[in-house]
Amino acid sequence: MASVKLPESKIQELKEVCQKYDNKGSELINVLHGAQELFGYLPAEVQEIIADELNVSVAHVYGVVTFYSFFSMLPKGRNPISICMGTACYVRGAEKVLDEFKRILNVKVGETTGDGKFSLSCLRCVGACGLAPVVTIGERVYGRVSADDVKKILSEYA
Amino acid sequence: MGKYKSHILVCAGTGCRASDCEGIVSNLESALEENNLNEDVQVVRTGCFGFCEKGPVVKMVPDNTFYVEVTPDDAGELVLEHLVKGRKVERLLYIDPDTKERISDSKHMGFYKKQYRIALRNCGFIDPENIDEYIARDGYAAMGKILESMTPEEATAIIKESGLRGRGGGGFPTGLKWEFTRKAQADKKYVVCNADEGDPGAFMDRSILEGDPHSVLEAMAICGFCIGADTGLIYIRAEYPLAINRLKTAINQAREYGLIGKDILGTGFNFDVEIRLGAGAFVCGEETALIHSMEGLRGEPTVKPPFPAEKGYNGKPTNVNNVETFANVPPIILKGSKWFSEIGTEKSKGTKVFALAGKVNNVGLIEVPMGISLREVIFDIGGGIKGGKKFKAVQTGGPSGGCLTEKHLDIPIDYENLLQCGSMMGSGGMIVMDEDDCMVSMAKFYLDFTVEESCGKCAPCRIGNKRLYEMLDKISLGKSTEEDLGMLRNLANVIKDTSLCGLGQTSPNPVLSTMDNFQEEYLAHVVDGKCPAGQCKALMHYIIDSHLCVGCTLCNRVCPVDAISGEKKTPHVIDSSICIKCGACLEKCKFGAISVQ
Repeated sequence: MASVKLPESKIQELKEVCQKYDNKGSELINVLHGAQELFGYLPAEVQEIIADELNVSVAHVYGVVTFYSFFSMLPKGRNPISICMGTACYVRGAEKVLDEFKRILNVKVGETTGDGKFSLSCLRCVGACGLAPVVTIGERVYGRVSADDVKKILSEYA
Repeated sequence: MGKYKSHILVCAGTGCRASDCEGIVSNLESALEENNLNEDVQVVRTGCFGFCEKGPVVKMVPDNTFYVEVTPDDAGELVLEHLVKGRKVERLLYIDPDTKERISDSKHMGFYKKQYRIALRNCGFIDPENIDEYIARDGYAAMGKILESMTPEEATAIIKESGLRGRGGGGFPTGLKWEFTRKAQADKKYVVCNADEGDPGAFMDRSILEGDPHSVLEAMAICGFCIGADTGLIYIRAEYPLAINRLKTAINQAREYGLIGKDILGTGFNFDVEIRLGAGAFVCGEETALIHSMEGLRGEPTVKPPFPAEKGYNGKPTNVNNVETFANVPPIILKGSKWFSEIGTEKSKGTKVFALAGKVNNVGLIEVPMGISLREVIFDIGGGIKGGKKFKAVQTGGPSGGCLTEKHLDIPIDYENLLQCGSMMGSGGMIVMDEDDCMVSMAKFYLDFTVEESCGKCAPCRIGNKRLYEMLDKISLGKSTEEDLGMLRNLANVIKDTSLCGLGQTSPNPVLSTMDNFQEEYLAHVVDGKCPAGQCKALMHYIIDSHLCVGCTLCNRVCPVDAISGEKKTPHVIDSSICIKCGACLEKCKFGAISVQ
């Protein structure tokens, strides 16, 4: 087991999440949701603690974490940007919007800017197809976004 | 709704929330207070009205005035004009695109005229966070009727006779599924609601859960009674926070009222519901993969049989139905199987909800009787193609479906017909495309999705789809030969025949259907090196017309890669070996000298 660098209080909180689900291996996905809410992402040591608590192998936990796109092993930026790449948004020009974000922020999909301010990801359909193309930043949803709007949107987070 | 004289219904679905419907609600409430109307008029947040294109939608009840594209700034005027002075706010009424007349009642709008709402019956009518409103619209009456006067066999028979089929895509007869699970012998059984709506562009399940969560809970309890289960599990995408919250509220309220839980309505029947979160994997829409995911495992499918009806969650008999399927159940029980089976076509009964999106004027959620034609859906309800462009194709069934064309527009929509045309019903996504959409790019877009979402368990899907994607990419780069097209089709058929689960078996459909219906377009890419829709960048060439170019140097200055050269006041040229086809010069040229070929 790697040396643990997490603060003791956080580890305690993580253990409480596991206990909430009776430390059952079958509740792994719910536990991972709870853990990601707590830390923002799922670094290796968090996975090791969970494996220990639920009495399953670390390989099993890692296998599940990497299977599902909702779980991330990389920290997200303070303002996580998601471009909807559902079909409705795609046919209404989401790719151009994504390219513009990539160009301005100088990051690829799945990366975080050097200052930790923004991270960029794609998601599949938030279900607001009437507003396509859609971009979400944190909880905020932007509808009918064009490549020209990108600069203005980012400036709101200056 | 009791003490209030009238209500203002504000759509609070995900789409309208993104357009600040919360701001509308709070401004309406303060305007009501200013006018001393807050005792008489109540503002209600409802589920999705369906007309997302014109959202946020606000409806006045009882006079049914339907206001569209409302902003928080309009709230004061709505209260003062509509409620205080009794005059309609004309500028916020929907304008009929044909007659240019303003329409105040949604019944007369093209978008609603041909719809028939069963699964969406309560969406946009009730406050989804108030169980009393659901009960006021016959909520939980179907469950009561069954618990008090029927045996599980009798109730299952109603669903069987109604002809209801799975709305998640497969179209398996629901009653038959229930019967299989009922007949399975076990000490414990489960009812599972599949709310892992992964098809990009489909949002009917989310809208039902957001707008009418109790109908799903009631149907799950009915199913539990029929098959002999006391536990229901709802597997829902973590990407739907609003739906999850409304479900949690609904479960708590139903428990409080004794409508789920122990000894329901004093009949000795126990049934409770729990929520399980998905974590973003399209394959989990497949029922065996979904069950594994609920068990805390990787969501990988397993070979059927055994079917979940025999061996499902924790190895126990499990009945899995999708949200929309469940939403149909209570009305069928109340109104009878005959009523339901009279709607639709011979083999596909009832209605289907479609998420109409893409290049169509009226984007939104619609529910139509089976057997309606694509033409009616796209042109009458959808209001035709955006910007007066030409209709090219409609994609149904999401990544598992296919692209249908002009020649399919008059075929009655049902499970069998769509399959026969090389597409499928799927969960009901319907994406309309116009002349600017390239079919090779479209097929590539779906394959990109499949490659990312393939669970990797079986080789045909994991490796085959990756190769399919690469072949399509080669076509879009203009590097393919006609021989490659034959290989593409061959590989697509192999993947179809040999994949383990529904995801792989249907993933080549977008390729095959576009190849069948748009053969010329594939040939144009391969033989002529051209993309007729002008979408494949590698096949585009930017050219400056030397007769029109005045040498203003504007294009030269905006070009990010210095591909344009020329002296001032003399025609410029583009070096296509450097050009990255960004289109910046085309946008900037004031003389129309630059064109794409």
